Amino acid sequence: MHELAIANSILEAARAEAVRRPGARLLRVGVRVGELSGVEPEALSFSFEALVSGSDLEPLALEIETCPRRQCCPECGRVFRVVDYEVACPDCGAAETRCISGDELEMVYLELEGL
Amino acid sequence: MNRIPLEKKVLSENERIAAELRARFEEHGVFCLNFLSSPGAGKTTLLERTLEGFAREERVAVLTGDIQTDNDARRLARFGFPVKQITTGGACHLDARMVERALAAWSVDKLDLLLIENVGNLVCPASYDLGEAAKVVLLSVAEGDDKPLKYPAVFFRSDLLILNKIDLLPHVPFNIAAARENARRVHQDIEILEVSALSGAGLEDWRRWLEARRRAARRAPAPVPAAPIVTG
Repeated sequence: MHELAIANSILEAARAEAVRRPGARLLRVGVRVGELSGVEPEALSFSFEALVSGSDLEPLALEIETCPRRQCCPECGRVFRVVDYEVACPDCGAAETRCISGDELEMVYLELEGL
Repeated sequence: MNRIPLEKKVLSENERIAAELRARFEEHGVFCLNFLSSPGAGKTTLLERTLEGFAREERVAVLTGDIQTDNDARRLARFGFPVKQITTGGACHLDARMVERALAAWSVDKLDLLLIENVGNLVCPASYDLGEAAKVVLLSVAEGDDKPLKYPAVFFRSDLLILNKIDLLPHVPFNIAAARENARRVHQDIEILEVSALSGAGLEDWRRWLEARRRAARRAPAPVPAAPIVTG
């Protein structure tokens, strides 16, 4: 339920970028959400649309790229996607592997027109 | 139409304030912990037992977050240490600015230990860095042993898992071994303690963990000077 606060942070960041580019109109903002980030993409989209609807930012759209959890095996170097929390290396069987992605919550791009 | 790449965190404003808080804590040697759990897992009781164990001269303070009421602050103030309630008025988590504001009236340099009790919620508080040295998550055995798999973010980001209310184990279908395994599937390096804040079981382990981490933090910030190169 903190997705509303997260959506608001995205809008504030987008607004701040737009202010630096007078005359440009915001069209779309892209974010990256990891599956370990604790942020639910659907709830985030819903919150974002609710905040934008009827505001001066309309029709700003949100594009969410979801990122799976990936681990790296220190033994054989294999990088693999984790499914069902199975973190052992699928190649060499090493039990201890290192998480290298999956908790992202990042702004990736802004699309503007009239720049 | 133009696309501008923006590689920055969504919560960069929160992270900026959290980084300032962390720098202040390190500068003044304050060890800060952020306690997270679902409502009713025993954060306040664990903090009561923790404060109870400290000598009067211990320089410890507590910030406690709730959506409404100052009940927790009143419970915690009985031990004579500074306590401040942060009432979020609806927000489901604490953020770094709330902590910054709550600390404004205190002299951080007069503290050695700051304990922050987050709003009871196993999801949202995990996204907000408060400048702490570590997050501690509590899971009570009255909840399910699969909670780490259902709510991975908070377990992924916590250094320590406290399995609380172990005095209830004979009465609930909670499988401690399964809970440990589930937590480690989410976060391989998470440390785990079994505690009953009510009966006192396991509290010594918790105090040892806390003291060991405080000692390590005191040693860590001072950079080790490079050894002089002796030639000839």
